[in-house]
Amino acid sequence: MSDPRGERLAAMMSAIPYVRFLGMNVELAGDEMTAVLPFAPHLVGNVMLPALHGGVIGAFLEMTAICQLGVREPFRRLPRTIDVTIEYLRPGRAHTTFARADVRKIGRRIANVHVEAWQEFRAAPVAALRGHFMLSPMEKTAG
Amino acid sequence: MDDSSEALEALGFRMAEATPQAAALGMRVISVEPGLAVMAVAHRADLVGDPETGVLAGGVVTTLLDHVCGLAVSSRQLAEGAAGPIATLDLRIDYMRPAEPGAEVTAKAHCYKLTHSIAFVRASAFDGDEADPVATVQAAFALKTGQEGPK
Repeated sequence: MSDPRGERLAAMMSAIPYVRFLGMNVELAGDEMTAVLPFAPHLVGNVMLPALHGGVIGAFLEMTAICQLGVREPFRRLPRTIDVTIEYLRPGRAHTTFARADVRKIGRRIANVHVEAWQEFRAAPVAALRGHFMLSPMEKTAG
Repeated sequence: MDDSSEALEALGFRMAEATPQAAALGMRVISVEPGLAVMAVAHRADLVGDPETGVLAGGVVTTLLDHVCGLAVSSRQLAEGAAGPIATLDLRIDYMRPAEPGAEVTAKAHCYKLTHSIAFVRASAFDGDEADPVATVQAAFALKTGQEGPK
């Protein structure tokens, strides 16, 4: 059972300390990836509600985009974020958060990715991200 | 004067040590005055986003920027007697360059406009020279100040 996409993604994620800090993981069905962020007390930004920190949700969306690009193709280095716009739609409550990324365009150097996060209902997203990422494609072998 | 600086200090404490995610990142308030806030995050191995470079993860900078923007809004609200909960509407972040490996990242935010219901904020993050930022952000926050107020 060798799944190069799954193995590549697992290797990439396990090498990133900040992924462990967030506690996020991913589920892969073919090339369709769902990122999962289990609730943890250290992710809280508002203790009154309580709600996840907006920065944590943004970070989770950004990391989901990078992981989805990793599923898509191999790179020499991790994709680097150029810019992101994060829209906050609802408070992220003390529940598990899910996210899916849609690679809208992938060029030689730059990719455009949209990501949406939700909790209990897919149709009621908590936040969305649109961003550009700098890629470092593998060198062509020989030539 | 003393009352207001004490109130700002208490706000700074709430936003750093007393906020779980800020405490988990080791965020510190460097300075806070009405509408103007500076916070920093020291480099730490478990916050690295790219093991090849050893640089802090973009997400750490995102969280720092969101947080320092929030502090700039709250401090201005406090000074204008309109304190209340706030929520980030959106953040637009440009990443100019990676931080230096091992460097602490500082972020400075300015809430340059506060209406009855919305605050507008700009911020930048840098690892030394403020004129050579790592990232800049433009943000809008919703103010949940209730129904009171003349405007």
